[in-house]
Amino acid sequence: MEITTQEFKHCDLIKVKGRVDSSTAPDFSKALEKANDNGHYKLAVDMSELEYMSSAGFRALLGSQRNCKRYNRGELVLVSVPERIREALELAGFTELFKTFDDSIAAVGSF
Amino acid sequence: MSNITFPAKFDLLDEIREFVAKAAREGGFSEKAIYSLQLAADEAASNIIEHAYEGISNANIDISCDMQGETLVITMRDTGKPFDPSKVKQPNLKADLSDRQIGGLGVYLMRKLMDEVSYVSNSKTGNLLTMTKRRG
Repeated sequence: MEITTQEFKHCDLIKVKGRVDSSTAPDFSKALEKANDNGHYKLAVDMSELEYMSSAGFRALLGSQRNCKRYNRGELVLVSVPERIREALELAGFTELFKTFDDSIAAVGSF
Repeated sequence: MSNITFPAKFDLLDEIREFVAKAAREGGFSEKAIYSLQLAADEAASNIIEHAYEGISNANIDISCDMQGETLVITMRDTGKPFDPSKVKQPNLKADLSDRQIGGLGVYLMRKLMDEVSYVSNSKTGNLLTMTKRRG
């Protein structure tokens, strides 16, 4: 798993590549928390190069969404979710908890 | 039938998923089904490491994959504390963000992704999880 964070004026674009499972999810969580620690609560998570995500990754997203949305200070949105991961998120009932965008420009522009 | 013993560590999940994918590919499953089988095996192994072997290091998981006709049978054997997935409460998928439960999701996914999930705990031989999926 590899994470890169790009800070824009109105949001952070966090790109997660590779595989997120119980082994790598703690680092994924940390990257999301770090954005919050910097006072950034508007996050776009780019999944275009994500190959795999288990429920450990879903939990990281859920925890971060709670933190971002608290006091209406922001929101976490998903970008370019690969089909298999989207199907698993749907199965877990997670798709209604996150807005999704087809590309990062649209996601960044939504904030 | 292929059989392998993995150390019960999260950083071996990659290899556990590969082991299952190889058996599923040989068994003629589609790439979409292989992803589901990998996810179910990952969730099952993660639960064993996190719950059955909680606080225990140097533990192992024995995993087997066997094509029986058109059905792939995956078994996982551990010697940790009994952890019965069928006893895990189903998460409320309609709950809103603040009430959404964090636990139980892995087991829920296993049941959804596989045709059957069964579990036997035996004080002598350990715990045996069996999951099956028929080739679509």
